[in-house]
Amino acid sequence: MDLLAVTAFGTVYAIATLVLLALGLAVIFGMMGVINLAQAELLMLGAYTVLLATSHGASVWAGIALAPLVVGLIGVVIERTIIQFLYGRMLDTMLATWGLSLALVGTVTLVFGPTTEGIATPLGYQTIGRYSIAHYNVFVVAVALGALGLTYGLFNYTGWGLVARATMQNATMVAGLGVNPARVYMATFAYGSALAGLGGAIMAPLTGVVPTLGLAFIAKIFITVIVGGPVILLGTTTSGAVLGLVESIVSYASTPMYGQVAMLAFAIVLLRLLPQGISGFWRRGV
Amino acid sequence: MSDIVLETRGLVKEFGGLRAVDGVDFVLRRGELRCLIGPNGAGKSTFFHLLAGTLRPTAGGIRFKDLDLTRLEPHEIARAGMGIKFQVPRVYDQLPVAENLWLSAHVRHGRAAAGTVADRVLDEIRFLQHRNTPVGHLSHGDRQWVEIGMVLAAEPELILLDEPTAGMTHAEARRTADLVREINRRATVIVVEHDMDFVRHLAAGVTVLHRGAILAQGSMDEIRDNPVVRDIYLGKRRRARG
Amino acid sequence: MALAALPFLLSLFQVVQLTVFMIFCLLALSLDLIWGFGGILSFGQAAFFGVGGYAYGVIGINSGRTALAVVAAVVAAALLAALLGYFTFYGRVGAMYFAVITLTVTLILHQVMGSTADPRYAVGAARLGGYNGMTNIPSLALELPGRPSIVLEPVPLFYAVGATLLLIVALCRALVRSSFGRVLRAIREDERRTELLGYDIRWRKLLTFVISGGIAGLAGGLFAGWGNFVNPQVFSLSQSALVVIWVMVGGRGTLYGAVAGTLVVQFLTNYLGAASVTYTTVLLGVALVLIVLLFPRGLVPSLGLAARRLALGLAQAPPAEDSGPA
Repeated sequence: MDLLAVTAFGTVYAIATLVLLALGLAVIFGMMGVINLAQAELLMLGAYTVLLATSHGASVWAGIALAPLVVGLIGVVIERTIIQFLYGRMLDTMLATWGLSLALVGTVTLVFGPTTEGIATPLGYQTIGRYSIAHYNVFVVAVALGALGLTYGLFNYTGWGLVARATMQNATMVAGLGVNPARVYMATFAYGSALAGLGGAIMAPLTGVVPTLGLAFIAKIFITVIVGGPVILLGTTTSGAVLGLVESIVSYASTPMYGQVAMLAFAIVLLRLLPQGISGFWRRGV
Repeated sequence: MSDIVLETRGLVKEFGGLRAVDGVDFVLRRGELRCLIGPNGAGKSTFFHLLAGTLRPTAGGIRFKDLDLTRLEPHEIARAGMGIKFQVPRVYDQLPVAENLWLSAHVRHGRAAAGTVADRVLDEIRFLQHRNTPVGHLSHGDRQWVEIGMVLAAEPELILLDEPTAGMTHAEARRTADLVREINRRATVIVVEHDMDFVRHLAAGVTVLHRGAILAQGSMDEIRDNPVVRDIYLGKRRRARG
Repeated sequence: MALAALPFLLSLFQVVQLTVFMIFCLLALSLDLIWGFGGILSFGQAAFFGVGGYAYGVIGINSGRTALAVVAAVVAAALLAALLGYFTFYGRVGAMYFAVITLTVTLILHQVMGSTADPRYAVGAARLGGYNGMTNIPSLALELPGRPSIVLEPVPLFYAVGATLLLIVALCRALVRSSFGRVLRAIREDERRTELLGYDIRWRKLLTFVISGGIAGLAGGLFAGWGNFVNPQVFSLSQSALVVIWVMVGGRGTLYGAVAGTLVVQFLTNYLGAASVTYTTVLLGVALVLIVLLFPRGLVPSLGLAARRLALGLAQAPPAEDSGPA
């Protein structure tokens, strides 16, 4: 019984991290059709924000709160200097953000060095029988749910969300209504970046902070978003759940390495069956 | 051999909740020339794509000669003898005119004869002087001709023409009508068209689509005298023009 | 040919360097074939290269026969390409998804091979070796039946690799000039149109991808035989990006551009990059961003075009509008 509860929570936690890390990419891809290959580096920058904050005496919580703001601003800079020139050229956008990803990893390595810096995991443990669950992991699940709810509310219940969705449908028409589509794209990209910053910051105490931090996640989050398909929130959550489950089960039965391989293989077979992703046959929406 | 080249039964295509094509029974006999008309959103374009295999029907069947088209891939449908000309000419702009024709001829005639056929068609559409010109350098009207040439080079049995006169002047449209009649001597033809003068000039059978279903069929004169058609289609057009 | 005389003019070290550059040229060619002619951007060429390298290592160490190992490298990479290509092309996965999937496969191979440090991860006598990689891979050797094999010294190896490169360039040229190549160009220009003319684009894309994967695998096998080692770094993001940069610099869809681009970039990085790998990574990244933003058609073709324009004094007449067939 205890084992069951702990295993169940472990699975929920695996899915929650996947969704939390992939959400920013899902927003940018789903809303703008842009695949940002530097997304993993935005996670990494979020983690470094926490590291810098704690090394200057701030608490981990302050660092986590700061990370979305800092990375969101970095997102604005990236959008203004690179992405905005490449709208409509999807493959070129991928190439350019790939270059950006390399440059960011390299630059951070030059500044902070290639070593892994640890951040102490805050909060304690809850013991369940012979097993224990870290409170921080519960916090991660809560943040993932919060981020999902916030994004859903933002795009569905606010004026800005409405304008953003209208812009993605028909930029010319929205421009005719006096909205500057360029600003909407910029804001959407910044929001997606901020989500990545948050995800990276949350993961920082768990994984340690290193310039190649994003590498560990990048493959997973791309698969999750692509398998999720066009309906970004529900699609990403569903595919996060399915793929997270596959990975957890296989990792549990063998090693995390095979867990990853199984997840990738499962995703590729799934795409053969559902080329538009899991949500490809649902109605379009956020 | 059956006289019927193409037949659809209860053909339905839904997008989300919308029924773009709603139970169409359509029969075409060998050698026929048929115009498909209807207001915007009547389902002409969806019907066209269902025939070409680029959309899969939600329900119903399509029979082309003795083939069940709903089971075939688009390239298999093309190989079975269906040729398509799109509304906006869909040609290879980066490639020379001769290569565009070669690509089409190659499917039907194989590597050995493709060059000869391409040359013959080049002559037929009077494009010999443009043999090596990239198609992207040609005017819109000329690109239409290149695509017609591509259809000819494949020597299909059934030809689908989607608004062949789009963007043409009145005189050009007349010439195209003559050409369509010329093509019709060799193949069965379906023309999706907006331009009533053009349809009248073709003197072909007409099928009127409305809200995804067949509203009326007959000669142009019969259609023109049909009060329902006048109301939903011709009347609306007249109002729009006026 | 000038190539044949080079070993006499260069130091041994330079000959060895040039040999590996030519191996990289093969890798660049493999991308140019699928991207430049097929219009399919694969981020996974490094994966095929790496799989080829590991396959060469495993077969070479276990059998001692390097010719067999090279064949294994080609076959293993081609098989991986066939598997991936089947699921993606027959599933009609979009171009962007294809690029992401190939990249993801490369990244996961990087992690998988990196986690094989434990000695139990071995195929026969060949230990995979985790991030340290597989060592003691036999050098390429000349194997004639009934005679002891002769390990190729740097200069003969240079000729062997050079001859392979020329052969593969010639084969690629023949392929893109064949009727298959013509249809491939049509697919690059307009996939849907080509399908509606009656061409099955799926197996054509698959075949091109398999050939491309095989060439990348060949390059990987030669690389492992050249350096006697292979490690997961071959699957790294920077290595994958490098392949794209080679082709982007040289211009895609020309074959020779891929070769020229590789040589230019490799000589430059050698010249600049002695300082540190990290600096090279930053430079590569910035270069990729700048090339995409400023020279999307490729660096060399863009510069060539600019030079020609300058020479002509910008006196290019616009293409003539034709009055039609009548």
